[in-house]
Amino acid sequence: MASVSNWAARHGHALVSSMGHLARNGFATLLAVGVMGLALALPLALNTLVGNVRLATGDFSGALGMTVYLKMQVSEQSARQLAQNLREHAGVAEVTLVTAAQALEEFRSQPGFGAALDALSDNPLPNVLTVRPSIDATSPLQLDALRAAVEAWPEVDSVQLDRDWLLRFDALLDLMRRALWITAALLGAGVVAVVGNTIRLEIKSRAAEIEVTQLVGGSRAFVRRPFLYTGMLYGLSAGALAWLLVSAARWALAPSVTRLASAYGQSFVLAGPTLRELGLSLLAGLLLGWIGAALASGREIARSAPGSA
Amino acid sequence: MIRFERVSKRYPNGREALADLNFEVADGEMVLLTGRSGAGKSSVLKLIALLERPTRGQIVVNGQSTAKLPLRRVALFRRQIGVVFQDHRLLMDRPVFDNVALPLIVADTSFKEIDKRVRAALDQVGLLGKERMAPLELSVGEQQRVGIARAIVSKPTLLVADEPTGNLDVTLAGEVMELFRRFNEVGVTVVVATHDRRLVQALGRREIRLQEGRVIANDASGPAAADEEEHITIHGPGPRGSGRP
Repeated sequence: MASVSNWAARHGHALVSSMGHLARNGFATLLAVGVMGLALALPLALNTLVGNVRLATGDFSGALGMTVYLKMQVSEQSARQLAQNLREHAGVAEVTLVTAAQALEEFRSQPGFGAALDALSDNPLPNVLTVRPSIDATSPLQLDALRAAVEAWPEVDSVQLDRDWLLRFDALLDLMRRALWITAALLGAGVVAVVGNTIRLEIKSRAAEIEVTQLVGGSRAFVRRPFLYTGMLYGLSAGALAWLLVSAARWALAPSVTRLASAYGQSFVLAGPTLRELGLSLLAGLLLGWIGAALASGREIARSAPGSA
Repeated sequence: MIRFERVSKRYPNGREALADLNFEVADGEMVLLTGRSGAGKSSVLKLIALLERPTRGQIVVNGQSTAKLPLRRVALFRRQIGVVFQDHRLLMDRPVFDNVALPLIVADTSFKEIDKRVRAALDQVGLLGKERMAPLELSVGEQQRVGIARAIVSKPTLLVADEPTGNLDVTLAGEVMELFRRFNEVGVTVVVATHDRRLVQALGRREIRLQEGRVIANDASGPAAADEEEHITIHGPGPRGSGRP
């Protein structure tokens, strides 16, 4: 249908004319895109950081453990049975039974303890179960639930769960996530402002052209269209630049992080921004660019429209 | 085609450009709007093309009352009217072709049609072959004719021109007026504002003469013979602050 091809032609015309203007003002375009790209790069970098920290916590869950002290009168036989029951409990990955005899042996092997232990007639140590929670059940809430369930068992004397560091870590992660959103909101507003101001200046520099276009019957939408495209092109370029910057930063940091991790006996590879994040970055840029351009052009063009007064 | 009913125009600075103006222009007519600088000629043309709105009164152009036309319909309204400016208002950074094509581009005309009609318009003003040239490479007279080609390219039913010969010498001015006369002969209603009395006399069309924002002569038989100075004495002083900025 002719109207469809006309629609495409008129948007194509606007897009091409925007690209032409951006290319002709090469240096100014570069500066504007640079500023916007840097502004978008910071939240993207934070997002990547949070992602990496989450990846790293997967490794921490191995160090996370719950120690279940059984009552003295519980026999080794029933301790084995309890260990088996616990293995089938939800959120539990591994249960190890340290019998009273094993614990005593361990103590005995330590220098200085041997003689002291020989002086005792009975083994003073209880049977102990060490529990490693499964990776998907390491949140403070889930661990508390597991602890409460186990503590309710009549054979259990006490449960020790070192969750303070976990709570702190969880709070830290939450803080980072909030900081990410605040940074993204502030810098997003910054991008809108930069696009808006750039477009405003461009509208001012093309005032004669805009006026003539309106004089010969160009609608407001027609006059605004190339500026909206310009804003979106700015945003897209800035989104792409942000992704490239963060990818480059990851590339530069990765060897050091790997070395640091291996010094702690861990094998950790720093993850970069993914293709999905490239898509999000482009989308955010596009949207912010459009908003900035729409605000600036709506204001400036309405003010200059002949016949409005 | 055009009807002004008791039209007044007062600018925000308090200057009253038009006072209780009444006149009509028939379909297919060619009318000269005369008067000295500040008499209100430009204001009349701006009101016709809806570049400005009247303070009071009613203006009907091509059957449409412009007073209540919403802003979003103004662009569409303007496409029916070709406007020629004294300073031609060409885009100096665009070639002649792009300048003339602008009214067609804003009206979503297909590229094939644009090409055809721009050439036809340039041919009519005698500038065929200069499509790729920049306006600054052209003479003043040629620039004005590019402006006229732009005004007629979308085949408007009404052509208004504000002092189109203001920057031209007598020969070029005569050529430009001859162009308008030819458009009129093929049925386009033409309103030309000019202070150049020689053109009025040479053309022999109806003259509406303005002074101080009022019609002081509306002579269908040809140019008014009397000199402007006499009319001042006949009608007395008009509203205050008539000088154009």
